[in-house]
Amino acid sequence: MSRVIIRSLNKRFDGVHAVKDVNLEIHDKEFVVLVGPSGCGKTTTLRMVAGLESITSGEIMIGDRIVNELPPMDRDIAMVFQNYALYPHMSVYDNMAFGLKMRGFDRTEIANRVKAAAEILGIEEQLQRKPRQLSGGQRQRVALGRAIVRHPQVFLFDEPLSNLDAKLRIQMRVEIKKIHVRLGTTAIYVTHDQVEAMTLGDRVVVMKDGLVQQVGEPLELYNEPANRFVAGFIGSPAMNFATVEMADTEGALWARHEGIRIKLPTELAGRLRPHVGENVTLGIRPEDLHVASGSDMADLSFDAVVEVIEKLGSQILLDVRVGPNTMVAAVEPTVKAKVHDRLRLALNPERLYFFDRVSQAAI
Amino acid sequence: MIEGARWRRWVFFNLPLALFVIGLLFPFYWMMVTTVRPDAELYRPWMAPNYTPFWTLNPTLDHIRYLLDETLFSRWMLNTFFISVLATVISLFCGLLAGYALSRLKFPFAGSLGTGIFITYLVPQTLLFIPLADIIRNFRLGDTPWALVLTYPTFLIPFCTWLLMGYFKAIPRELEECARIDGATRWQAMVYIVFPVAVPGILSAGIFAFTLSWNEFIYALVFLSSPEQKTVSVGITSELVRGDVFYWGSLMAGALLGSVPVALIYSFFVEYYVAGITGSVKG
Repeated sequence: MSRVIIRSLNKRFDGVHAVKDVNLEIHDKEFVVLVGPSGCGKTTTLRMVAGLESITSGEIMIGDRIVNELPPMDRDIAMVFQNYALYPHMSVYDNMAFGLKMRGFDRTEIANRVKAAAEILGIEEQLQRKPRQLSGGQRQRVALGRAIVRHPQVFLFDEPLSNLDAKLRIQMRVEIKKIHVRLGTTAIYVTHDQVEAMTLGDRVVVMKDGLVQQVGEPLELYNEPANRFVAGFIGSPAMNFATVEMADTEGALWARHEGIRIKLPTELAGRLRPHVGENVTLGIRPEDLHVASGSDMADLSFDAVVEVIEKLGSQILLDVRVGPNTMVAAVEPTVKAKVHDRLRLALNPERLYFFDRVSQAAI
Repeated sequence: MIEGARWRRWVFFNLPLALFVIGLLFPFYWMMVTTVRPDAELYRPWMAPNYTPFWTLNPTLDHIRYLLDETLFSRWMLNTFFISVLATVISLFCGLLAGYALSRLKFPFAGSLGTGIFITYLVPQTLLFIPLADIIRNFRLGDTPWALVLTYPTFLIPFCTWLLMGYFKAIPRELEECARIDGATRWQAMVYIVFPVAVPGILSAGIFAFTLSWNEFIYALVFLSSPEQKTVSVGITSELVRGDVFYWGSLMAGALLGSVPVALIYSFFVEYYVAGITGSVKG
């Protein structure tokens, strides 16, 4: 059983409360991604699991042991660093073998394991080279290989793909996923890239300012964000937000603002009724907006003026002005729109989000 | 490189470079010419018709022969070598550990300790030799090589510590962290990972320390008195300047031969040395 359990974990650096009361249970064979903007405490949390950072308070369990006081070498983990951290004076083979040598494995076992890992990663040809003779992608593979050969209980990844170019990053992302499926080792992965988080994670932990905002499966975060931060962080392009006033007129609930007047479907209306007369934050994902056609109801659409058009190929992003707000709509590539055009955008009433203005929590 | 017209290249690049090179190398050339110049030419007045200050037509090895046969020069070389190597080894060892500790370990006053060590390096030797002389006398080390082997580290250790501290700071912390996750203790991570990566820095610290002790003059002059204990720098100046008589030829021969080991070391390690000074570590 190589689960990781984090209980009431706190970290204070001189005066800064970097990690606040984090609770997390990572199951055996699970791939969990910690994601959040820089400075949110995700890397610090990972480093505490690794034993590279002391724990101010709380408890970390790896397998069935509490590891709070154990040095990194005794925690049975392997870590992949952002800058690869390859030993520059050693060949690729020695880099991968170092951890095994330190642990007193015999030569044939070391050779077998390094060979097996090199095969998985496709770096058999490079084994005798020095790290500086490798490309960025190859270095990352070696760093992965160094983690794999140890057969640890848990893999820790600290933004391993951040130093790669966009194309290579996608390729390595797939590869990491494949390796995880193949080896089934429990993994904790830190990234600031929400796409990476969504594609890799069995579950994703969104953090901000040292606090866990939400834990859930990728689509759960996308479809049911717990608060405004998660809603804005997950999904690309980001969710549109507008402050609206809830009004109860004409026998229905309306979300109103300059340029916006939306009639809420009944099930939403039930939840929002306590907020009548108040301002709340309305969230609409760009992909839930489309250019209105005849069948769209006037109550579920609004006028917008196109300011910028971004043609991505599979879709077009329209940056539009709606009253005082700017919004992004991801529309079909067939839409013919020009800058300064006035058009009517319709929305999907099933996919409206509302957040409390003060607590930012989803309503 | 300077772009543009050829004359600009000459005026702003080649010419200054040539002046610089001549300025640097001329003393060595002068040393060489004086070494092989016969006495008759050495003492020829400058208005003599056959005065040739920049070359000699009758080169001779007399001065070198005199230096090797009539003085204890080879003994001095051995002394200097012994003292320099030992002082360098001691200083490098202490500097490595201190530099590592100051750059990597967290302990109270680590920062101010680093600065303090550097300040001790700034205390002039001309002041320090007075109390040191007292210590040397108390330990009865006067007129032995140990007087220098043990006092040179007083300025070499701060120097090595400071230089290596900067070098260690430039080595990514993750290398060590990775090694510690890989199963190395802090000591093993230091020995297997940090020190090998720091080889250019360690070598340049070593070369500097060696050169500084090889050229050291004041301590050697004060702490050693018998001719057979002396180092090259003190031996030459005290034994080849007798009263107001300068044995110029042999003096220059001694200076020339004395600088050979340092020159050799520099030329062997020049690549590492440059990498060490510029602090380039690639991950």
